[in-house]
Amino acid sequence: MSEDLLRVSDLRVSFRVGGLSARLAGRATEIEAVSGVSFTLQRGSTFALVGESGSGKTTLARTLNGLQPVRAGTILFEGQELQGLSNAALKPVRRRMPMMFQDPVGSLSPRLSVRSLLSEPFVIHGLSDRDLSAEVTRLLALVGLPRDFADRYPHQLSGGQARRVGVARAIALDPVLVVADEPTAGLDVSVQGEVLNLLNDLRDRMGLSMLIITHNLHVVRQIADRMAVMYLGRFVEQGETEAIFRAPHHPYTAALLSANPEPDPDRVHQRITLPADVPSLLARPSGCEFHTRCPQAQRRCAVDVPAPVAVGNSRLTCHFPLNT
Amino acid sequence: MTVLEVKNLNVAFHTESGRLEALKQVSFSVPANRSVGVVGESGCGKSTLINAILGLLADNGEITSGEIIFEGDQDLARLGPTAMRGLRGQSIATVFQDPMGALNPVLSVGRQMRDIQYRSGLSKRDKDARSVAMLRKVRIPDPESRLTQFPHEFSGGMKQRIAIAMALMMEPALLIADEPTTALDATLEVATIELLKDLQRDIGCSVLFISHHLGVIAELCDEMIVMYAGEVVESGTTREIFHDARHPYTQKLLACDPARLSQRVARLPTIAGTLPDLRRRPSGCVFQPRCDRADAQCLTTPPNAPIGGSHIAHCWHADVSLGAMSA
Repeated sequence: MSEDLLRVSDLRVSFRVGGLSARLAGRATEIEAVSGVSFTLQRGSTFALVGESGSGKTTLARTLNGLQPVRAGTILFEGQELQGLSNAALKPVRRRMPMMFQDPVGSLSPRLSVRSLLSEPFVIHGLSDRDLSAEVTRLLALVGLPRDFADRYPHQLSGGQARRVGVARAIALDPVLVVADEPTAGLDVSVQGEVLNLLNDLRDRMGLSMLIITHNLHVVRQIADRMAVMYLGRFVEQGETEAIFRAPHHPYTAALLSANPEPDPDRVHQRITLPADVPSLLARPSGCEFHTRCPQAQRRCAVDVPAPVAVGNSRLTCHFPLNT
Repeated sequence: MTVLEVKNLNVAFHTESGRLEALKQVSFSVPANRSVGVVGESGCGKSTLINAILGLLADNGEITSGEIIFEGDQDLARLGPTAMRGLRGQSIATVFQDPMGALNPVLSVGRQMRDIQYRSGLSKRDKDARSVAMLRKVRIPDPESRLTQFPHEFSGGMKQRIAIAMALMMEPALLIADEPTTALDATLEVATIELLKDLQRDIGCSVLFISHHLGVIAELCDEMIVMYAGEVVESGTTREIFHDARHPYTQKLLACDPARLSQRVARLPTIAGTLPDLRRRPSGCVFQPRCDRADAQCLTTPPNAPIGGSHIAHCWHADVSLGAMSA
């Protein structure tokens, strides 16, 4: 099956900033958090979004779910255009494409027991005529939690257990695509492995597709078929995960990969150090937006906006791609 | 000289459901001008250890026995609250995980940096000059004009660098860093580690660095201790432990790190079982219920087996090396 499940074209999302004074002073009153993003996600595959905080990863994921209005562009999900749909029309879509939010414990209501948390999706989607206690038992078994966890509250769960409950909520209504925002952030390495194994299992068993946001590159390599690197709201490089890890073409991707701390005290690092100052979205640099931090930047980079090019199986925006 | 020496430290909490032994016989030392890493998963006692050193244990917690010797003469375990307050921020400084939480959101950065120098006796102008110099050291561009700005006007990485600047302002003998890079991205994380390394050399302080990120410990620390369920299970130089871990828990923990896998695997390694209930510690070795190598001997308290050099593993079966693992 290599059918496109999700096709996003030239997506733009912006936020209003500043008030009347900014407008009167002629300052920018809008920032484009997602700026012309295009990608496709195939059925049964996993796509990872990586990039620094503030690069627009979470905004992009929220927009797909209709939690953030689209300014321009299209989102085709299972052949249906999502842009402009009302909240009511989005409801069945969200059932097919649930979102797992960051912070395993914080994303669960502290006042609800695990039983209520797992019944809630059925109630919200008008399926409370189902045998809810059987559904709760089924979901707990699917994510590998003992049956008696149904009576616990979020504060009685460890981070890993809370994350499993989050996964159970996401898969409750047999979705096709799970959008997971930092599914393993804050978890210990051994627990992180358990959660990733669980997600991989569910994907194989239920034929799920996944869109994963993470800044842990080691996780990306273990779980994603394809990946995209975001910088200032744009995809600077996207392609097959293994190929990108083997030979990144965009200098920013190369810097990210080289900055990955590795557990070997004797390793000689050939780090690409970037100046730490990320430009503001209010004052995007001219030309290639990465040129202010790019070690390879040349005069042309400050002037010409690079058009997307294909290098191997990757697509990127760079005048002077690496490893070609 | 040894800046900090923790000897047989035991900390217990009194809870509604009984007495909980959070730290048991913890011993290690932090030599002058060195960085010591503390590694372990959630619930292993890392935070309790810091709080015990800083005299900030919760009301239901107490140091039941042991010593925390600071700079050779003071036992922090027995120091009164006033004397302790005199040390914190002056001789022992701390950087926490969340930089926003460490800075006061309603005061300008300059005001906060001036406030921590209240004991220096300097004039306002001299204090500000020191603040500027310190901000420059942590590579904040244009520090003079930045003094009047508020924390929300800085990015996450900058806020953490400001928190580091504030911690090092009084040139402490010991800096305790509790997961200072966890909230940062990979590029900023590396930059922060480099910065800490430089500053440590510059100021000549020792660093006690707490993290669950093995890669960060490997890059920053000279020595490390591995904690599990409130006990130090292995200690030695960073090189000794990463290349020749001997405690089964350390070996498993290192194997779990996806950073060790150079390609995609079908199943990521995990550690079977869960942490023991600290109200009912298992008899003998604390890791024995989850250990593949456990036998009858492990039901009695294991020895601190010397491996060579400063390397010690708290295990009956510390002779099993997994040298091939790191290859």
